[in-house]
Amino acid sequence: MSRSGAFLSLALLLLAALHLTTPLGPLLELRRADPALASLLLTELRLPRTLLAAGYGAVLGMTGAALQAMFANPLASPDITGSSSGAALGAVLGAYWFEIADPLALAGFGAGGAGLALAGLLLLAGRRSDTATLLLAGVAIALAAGAATSLLLALAPSPFAFYDSFDWLMGSFVDRSLPQAAAALVPAALACALLVRRARALDLLALGEDVAASLGYQPRGLALEVVALSAVAVGACVSVCGAIGFVGLLAPYAARRISGGHPGRALVPAALIGAILLVLADLAVRLAPAGRVIPVGILTTVVGTPLFIWLVVGMRRRLTS
Amino acid sequence: MTPLLEARDVAIGGRLQATDLEIGSSAMIALIGPNGGGKTSLLRALAAVEMDGGSVVVDGEDIASAAPARRPHLLTFLPASRDAVWPIRARAMIELGLANSDPQRVDRLLEELELVDLANRPINRLSTGERARVLLARALAPCPRILLLDEPLSNLDPYWVLRTLQLLRETVRKTRCSAIVSLHDIDRLQSFDRVLLASSGRIVADLPPDAMLASRELAHSFRIEMGEGGWRVSPPADRRSSP
Repeated sequence: MSRSGAFLSLALLLLAALHLTTPLGPLLELRRADPALASLLLTELRLPRTLLAAGYGAVLGMTGAALQAMFANPLASPDITGSSSGAALGAVLGAYWFEIADPLALAGFGAGGAGLALAGLLLLAGRRSDTATLLLAGVAIALAAGAATSLLLALAPSPFAFYDSFDWLMGSFVDRSLPQAAAALVPAALACALLVRRARALDLLALGEDVAASLGYQPRGLALEVVALSAVAVGACVSVCGAIGFVGLLAPYAARRISGGHPGRALVPAALIGAILLVLADLAVRLAPAGRVIPVGILTTVVGTPLFIWLVVGMRRRLTS
Repeated sequence: MTPLLEARDVAIGGRLQATDLEIGSSAMIALIGPNGGGKTSLLRALAAVEMDGGSVVVDGEDIASAAPARRPHLLTFLPASRDAVWPIRARAMIELGLANSDPQRVDRLLEELELVDLANRPINRLSTGERARVLLARALAPCPRILLLDEPLSNLDPYWVLRTLQLLRETVRKTRCSAIVSLHDIDRLQSFDRVLLASSGRIVADLPPDAMLASRELAHSFRIEMGEGGWRVSPPADRRSSP
């Protein structure tokens, strides 16, 4: 497992370097003309984008793995549980109704929205519901949050809210500043560091909630911890980059192949795989025709949907066989 | 001599009345009772899974305040559920029961429970009976002082029912631990040293196997009686007239 961890880390570093220097041509040209401006371009424009792609991907992978372990369900993830939609709702409320510009305060609104969505899911479905109940409750929360977001945008004091939220909420890393990247990634990194400390407890949950409790890990406290930390990490990232689907669902699935099925030990590999996936996706959207921007969130959804269906069909087959 | 396990006033609201229990070492104790009588609640309370007051002390240590790394050495709890969501290999599943990695111990358990051929199969691809053996091995792995096993014999074929009882007896003798085993099959009580009967959320009788089988409490709780051809359902009139 440590060998695959090293391999994933190396792959992520290489991809991040590629992401930072793509496209290379203009960068070299600018360096010949004005070296100071070239380094400014690298640190002020490209670095936040690379950091956000890798960091948000890692957050989706790790929170997805933690939520799946907590709900004992391989289909739980930030998007399926409605927490991404809740975070978007919180961020829209903060940005257009409270007119908050400070990225860290906005991240707080995002975290609040994600936390409310997850708390709603726990109330509706409970910790150990069957897949159908979990998915239906998640869909209901995502739809409600989506509708509320649209309503808040439509009635927002600013008449341009709808238009300029498009770029933001669709999931994109274009034109984010370093302070914005810090507002998303510093709280997210703290939350993820605290989540990793729960890896052992989440592994023991695989033996059932009662066994985990008999070993001194209270399932209710653990669930609240996972929910709060996931909400902070997802909320902060969504408030800067918008919602991005399917990475948080698929990365943990791949990570458990590395962790031997252990849901807790999958946390770190899931973060690495999530980061790799999102950096790759953000490299791919640059293949769009010149002058057109494809939000990376659309790409992950287009690629992720068939994989999700394949996963669901696989689960159904296992249940009926 | 202080008992190995000492429970004082353990209770779970609505399901288990305040209960005291003392268990010595090297004992195999059966826990029987009608459905909903409180067997599982008693085991859960003793394992500190759920407790609305009271205390459980094992080998002089209070369970509720013992650290997670210490608990598996004091007691392990095997729930009746055999559900498994994650594709964890059987060997790794047994390792989860250990606070510190001990491959030799896992190998021994795999051999004793004849799981060597299944060691690398994901647990969610095993049959219910096979899964039951893996989960039992997980509970046995840390050599706890107290084993709390909720229906470990259900889903097992006759060979494995007998073999499991034999294995528990060997474990109890070798490690001087004690096991509390809930079960439904009253024909198996002779394999135990002592029998607890739980009914209506409390322990209504605590007797050696023979005395338990002959007791009024058992007949009354289960609404069965011993006839010439074996156990049979008590006539309804009898059920009503009994106190």
